[in-house]
Amino acid sequence: MHKYYLTHLQELESEAIYVIREVVAQFDRPAILFSGGKDSIVVTHLAQKAFWPAKIPMPLIHIDTGHNFPETMEFRDKLVDRLGVQLIVGSVQEAIDKGRAVEESGINASRNELQIVSLLDTIEHHKIDAAIGGARRDEEKARSKERFFSHRDEFGQWDPKNQRPELWNIFNGRKRMGEHFRVFPISNWTEMDIWNYILQENIAIPSLYFAHNREAVYRDGTWLPASEFLVLRDGEKIENKLMRFRTLGDITITGGIESEADTLEKIVEEVSATRSTERGNRSDDKRSDTSMEDRKKQGYF
Amino acid sequence: MELLRFTTAGSVDDGKSTLIGRLLYDSKSIFEDQMAAVKQSSERKGLQHIDLSLLTDGLRSEREQGITIDVAYRYFATPKRKFIIADTPGHIQYTRNMVTGASTANLALVLVDARKGVVEQTCRHSYIASLLKIPHIIVCINKMDLVDYSEEAFNKVVEQYNDFAGKIDVTDIRYIPISALEGDNVVNDSENMPWYKGTSLLHTLETIHIGSDENHVDARFPVQTVIRPHAAEYHDYRGYAGRIAGGIFKPGDKITVLPSGLTSAIKSINTFSGPVEEAFAPMSVSITLEDDIDISRGDMIIKDDSEPLVSQDIDVMLCWMASKGPRPGAKYHLKNTTREVMAIIKEVYYKLDINTLEKLEDAGDIKMNEMARVRLRTTQPLVFDEYRKNRITGSLILVDESTNETVAAGTILL
Repeated sequence: MHKYYLTHLQELESEAIYVIREVVAQFDRPAILFSGGKDSIVVTHLAQKAFWPAKIPMPLIHIDTGHNFPETMEFRDKLVDRLGVQLIVGSVQEAIDKGRAVEESGINASRNELQIVSLLDTIEHHKIDAAIGGARRDEEKARSKERFFSHRDEFGQWDPKNQRPELWNIFNGRKRMGEHFRVFPISNWTEMDIWNYILQENIAIPSLYFAHNREAVYRDGTWLPASEFLVLRDGEKIENKLMRFRTLGDITITGGIESEADTLEKIVEEVSATRSTERGNRSDDKRSDTSMEDRKKQGYF
Repeated sequence: MELLRFTTAGSVDDGKSTLIGRLLYDSKSIFEDQMAAVKQSSERKGLQHIDLSLLTDGLRSEREQGITIDVAYRYFATPKRKFIIADTPGHIQYTRNMVTGASTANLALVLVDARKGVVEQTCRHSYIASLLKIPHIIVCINKMDLVDYSEEAFNKVVEQYNDFAGKIDVTDIRYIPISALEGDNVVNDSENMPWYKGTSLLHTLETIHIGSDENHVDARFPVQTVIRPHAAEYHDYRGYAGRIAGGIFKPGDKITVLPSGLTSAIKSINTFSGPVEEAFAPMSVSITLEDDIDISRGDMIIKDDSEPLVSQDIDVMLCWMASKGPRPGAKYHLKNTTREVMAIIKEVYYKLDINTLEKLEDAGDIKMNEMARVRLRTTQPLVFDEYRKNRITGSLILVDESTNETVAAGTILL
């Protein structure tokens, strides 16, 4: 192998840093959408690299459903503290209290879709013109059509059939007042790339990703964690399981898998051997073939 | 492990989805729950077979119409390489999507039906690959199972393609006889074609030499932004942040900033992990200089041994991407590397027939999906290279002033 060559992770890292720098150069009020999940943690790590030795020149936005894993919240606060960045919290509970959003009812009720209201309100209130997210194209088929720079109209909506072509490494961030962009620097990364990168860089992630004992109930092929929000259905029972999470979202919709992987090395090994997608444990994606596209059009992450 | 980006183009019946499906499936990049969902959707539609295109034709309108409209990016990896496929539709009305997919690719996969031989679509894909300067083409002669795996049928197509390949500017062209449906020569060597001495498609993708595809000669560093930490320990720090577009930079190198012409020398090349002794494309770094000179976004740092061109008059091959053609006298935002200027289309030399590469003079207005050689005039000088020399510094887009849409993509010609 000759001397001037990058590994695939170095090339993906360089591409992501380039995209993040473009955002800061092209927009007035960018922000990073931070969920506390591994993808947004990696994006935040890349942003730190992009501007070193300066601090990350934009705030983190967390959309708080009120149904969080306590571990995620603790992790978020520590990270914000360490990086010295501003944290903006958009609260779904507050949107419900104000009557901006209405709590879902029924057996599959969750606050997943309500996040859209809080997210768009937060973006509007803080006049954010570019929101950087950790979505990846390999995650879901609607996301595979996303651009790096993805335009949102004044209602925060995505028009997948009418997207701007994106060529070479030239990104068009021009927009009218009131419109904004979602930007996805790790578009080209796969779940495997994320884990290998976390291992390579030794990036801190919430303990929830590592195998631990937890009370959970088996529902729709996944282990849903017991919490004050979980309502047991007929025939269901809570069990104590050695498990971990492959993705992190709202505690009410994020299922875990049985696993003994308690180190990053073991996680990488487990992910490379696994035969099902990470979002297979997310009930929000199971509603229909195009549920992600439908939510994204309205302004979802 | 290296990264290889390749593009495919094709329509419903040439076996492109089957081929990609097989590459993904055989490299274990399709997961069980994805497969189960596709199987279920196929059954619901009353299909006899599993429709692998449902894996990625994810948009509601694509699933309804059963066609790929947009560029879909797909990912798979083997222990040797990671691959990004830009999967594009093949019909002429989607030329702009093919151009988009080709713009970042190192390699183009051209599919030919062994029964039909080289057809218009084959030529179109190859021309686009050539215009976008994709360094490698693999011609997959597919459906060999339908011509009894005949060496003669294969040779006939190779000969046809060779005849026409004289017109295109790609030096590395390889031919592989495959059956995407049966799996011959896709991942594993075919037992049905002992006469074929080459390697399977996947093996070729894994081993083709791509290390020389980047330009490591002409040093180019477009400045994205200036890093100025407001902290006591980095009080005077000014780092010029960017991604190297060509050549090799080292501390101590004498540099010139364009278009201003100011000169200095590199003091350090920094990354989060520490300073580096040399930097090359496509690394993202930040550079500090010995002298405090005026540099901002849109400037380009170069080394004196190879100068790019600086001009306000630029000849370009444009691919028009918007539904409405250019308005007479319209001004556009032109983006080239990190620089943005205003531009007008001063002259249209000719349009290009993308099926034959014929020049069409006096062919009327430029319309969507058409290619035309034009002269642009800009308000400020651009700093650029010929596209064939550098795909980053030699490419540009035009953005409509009133709609903010990206209306055209251009490759700079001399």
